[in-house]
Amino acid sequence: MKKDKTVEKQVKEIVDRYGAEKSSLIAILQDMQGAFGYLPKDALIFLNEVVDVPLARIYEVATFYNAFSLTPRGKYLVEVCAGTACHVTGALTLMERLERDLEIRCGETTGDGMFTLEQVRCLGCCSLAPVMRIGGNIHAYLTQDEIPKILRNYRQ
Amino acid sequence: MSKIKTLDDLNQAGKRGLAALIPSRIKIMVGMATSGIASGAQEVYNALEAEIKERNLDIILSRTASMGMDCMEPLVDVLLPGKPRLAYSKMTAKKAPALLDQVAKGTIEAIKPFYRMDEEEFIVLGGAKRYFKGAAPAYLRGIPTIQEIPFYKKQVKIATRNCGLIDPESLDEYIAKGGYFSLYKALTGMKPEAIVADVIASGLRGRGGGGFRTGLKWKSCRDAEGEIKYVICNGDEGDPGAYMDRSVMEGDPHSVIEGMIIGAFAIGSHEGYIYVRNEYPLAVKNLAFAIAKARKCGLLGKNIFETGFDFDIKISKGAGAFVCGESTALMASLEGAAGEPRAKYIHTVEHGLWDRPSNLNNVETWANVPAILTRGGKWFAGIGAKNSTGTKVFSLVGKINNIGLVEVPMGTPLKDIVYEIGGGIPGGRKFKAVQTGGPSGGCIPEKLIDLPVDFDELRKAGSMMGSGGMIIMDDRTCMVDIAHYFIEFLESESCGKCVPCREGIRRMKDILEEICAGKGQAGDIELLQEMSKAIIDGSLCALGGSAPNPVLSTIQYFRDEYEAHISEKRCPAAVCKALIAYSIDKKKCTGCGVCRKKCPVKCITGEKKKPHVIDRKKCIKCGACYESCKFDAVTVK
Repeated sequence: MKKDKTVEKQVKEIVDRYGAEKSSLIAILQDMQGAFGYLPKDALIFLNEVVDVPLARIYEVATFYNAFSLTPRGKYLVEVCAGTACHVTGALTLMERLERDLEIRCGETTGDGMFTLEQVRCLGCCSLAPVMRIGGNIHAYLTQDEIPKILRNYRQ
Repeated sequence: MSKIKTLDDLNQAGKRGLAALIPSRIKIMVGMATSGIASGAQEVYNALEAEIKERNLDIILSRTASMGMDCMEPLVDVLLPGKPRLAYSKMTAKKAPALLDQVAKGTIEAIKPFYRMDEEEFIVLGGAKRYFKGAAPAYLRGIPTIQEIPFYKKQVKIATRNCGLIDPESLDEYIAKGGYFSLYKALTGMKPEAIVADVIASGLRGRGGGGFRTGLKWKSCRDAEGEIKYVICNGDEGDPGAYMDRSVMEGDPHSVIEGMIIGAFAIGSHEGYIYVRNEYPLAVKNLAFAIAKARKCGLLGKNIFETGFDFDIKISKGAGAFVCGESTALMASLEGAAGEPRAKYIHTVEHGLWDRPSNLNNVETWANVPAILTRGGKWFAGIGAKNSTGTKVFSLVGKINNIGLVEVPMGTPLKDIVYEIGGGIPGGRKFKAVQTGGPSGGCIPEKLIDLPVDFDELRKAGSMMGSGGMIIMDDRTCMVDIAHYFIEFLESESCGKCVPCREGIRRMKDILEEICAGKGQAGDIELLQEMSKAIIDGSLCALGGSAPNPVLSTIQYFRDEYEAHISEKRCPAAVCKALIAYSIDKKKCTGCGVCRKKCPVKCITGEKKKPHVIDRKKCIKCGACYESCKFDAVTVK
């Protein structure tokens, strides 16, 4: 019960930041995603109580946009850029290597909760293709060879 | 910072900016746009900062964004008083001490500059300004000027005029480059109708993809009934392979803001929104900083330039949905809903955001507006092609030597962009095609290399301008795989509202997947063409309406590749995994063992200094051996 109180408090704080209108919904969900690492079910149900938007609408928005996740993400988000420049320079090979090395599929989180592997629609770093972003850091001109070492660095 | 209310205030700010841009002390600028930072610019900046502090040097260290040649980053510019400005490419933190040594000595011995700049343009405050008097110093004569670098030679910069030259956080520097003088001129000396007329005269067409005439859009919105109207900036640059809007938002945010204020005044709006992609954190940061600063100085808010005109801007962050680049979907997203487009016959200039008249233009379009007002619509109309005036920024990426952002007059032949500016294909490989227009565009083959690039010519060739991504492909790019790539992208980004788009694209993806897997059947090509027609006819928005383009254009120009996949079960470019096999050329293999060590599934065997062999049954075709072999002994067919 105590944990729920803190969830409610955090949601309230976020709602106060943007106002309880429908037009603030995406900004509110973005901050919730940032605060919790995903959109927990109880937080969304509570959000429905404080903003003037039906829960079905909240769910619609939460599942429509790629930035939101209804399941917890790992400590580091591993995003392989799937832009065209990255695709023609071998992004698929990187993704396959990551899937093999992390022993998960794209969209999943490793058992130890360290990494979530995702594909991202173009980071706009096409001049550095192919690229991958881990925890906000962009790794440029990446080859599959470098992946084990990079992952090791984040594990430490 | 004091308020900017009068022309005198503007001139004062401009003077301060000029003194910051060309100071009487040594100045070092580090290019710190997203791509610069990703290639190590932050480390370079930190190293320079620490070294300057330790040596107690009298040097100004500042940040700027990108001038476009991203493949040479990190770029560091050095400006000594009374000397040409020198650009150093591919800088590293390690090289920082040596750079400072030679800067202090005024030499170029240790690290050779990439190019030099002799002058910089200050349109309003006195035209071009040379950094030095007389001829260039003798020791710099071997260094090419920026105009002599093939990458920059044919470029004409309007939308990206300030990118990489100013500190994006400095309002004074933007004003020194002529910024906000257009706004002053518009607000104090022009009628809104005259502004609209000037933009119509410029012939400016929307840079986001559609190519609709900007001035006419403004006029329709101005004429629309309603007390409250909105101007919106579309910064949801979703086309994969395009990043010019990111570059402008990061490198010159005030140009977008100024364009929007001018547009708002012309249309009669007092509220503006900038919708920025979630994937562009630095663009959001720099825009937010610039808006706050403009507001603080009175350039946004109430009573701008004491003319009684009020206008303010809010930033909205997208949440990762390609379809939100479509204007009606973007407005739905601004309202806090899922970004689903609606029928086009209800015009957003009459019924847009919250059902009120709304004028939406993209980042590059807005950035052109202040330049048009400064020099006049006629000047702009004199650049470029007949029905596509001005310049266009392209992101030249993929299999090309000089990767980066280029701004060229409309109508520049594709050949000049690929071979002169782009410097051709790396590794001496063969140019095969260029993909333009993002997922809604198409592939233009080598035989059309002389094509002048403008809105109409690209459309005639079966592609489109889109936001300006140009992805160069060589003989190692499979066109069926590319078609599959775009269709897969659109399948996951289709909002699902229209059935032909939602289900049709999915089925097209299935067919392409089968073809790539070697399971294609006779008649597949015709079926793809037939489905394309139904999807184009049956979709509300441009996403569905143009989704089949990548498939149609690749079938049109590269039908032989489709046929090779279907009837011969062969991928001519050796990309589709189901149809390729790796082997080692015994004659070329030196037995160095690198591939054996790199193979993640240990399917390569062989003794030292003797030819190695790949066990095809175990091979997962990851290509690690191919990438690592220095002797070209690994082949793929």
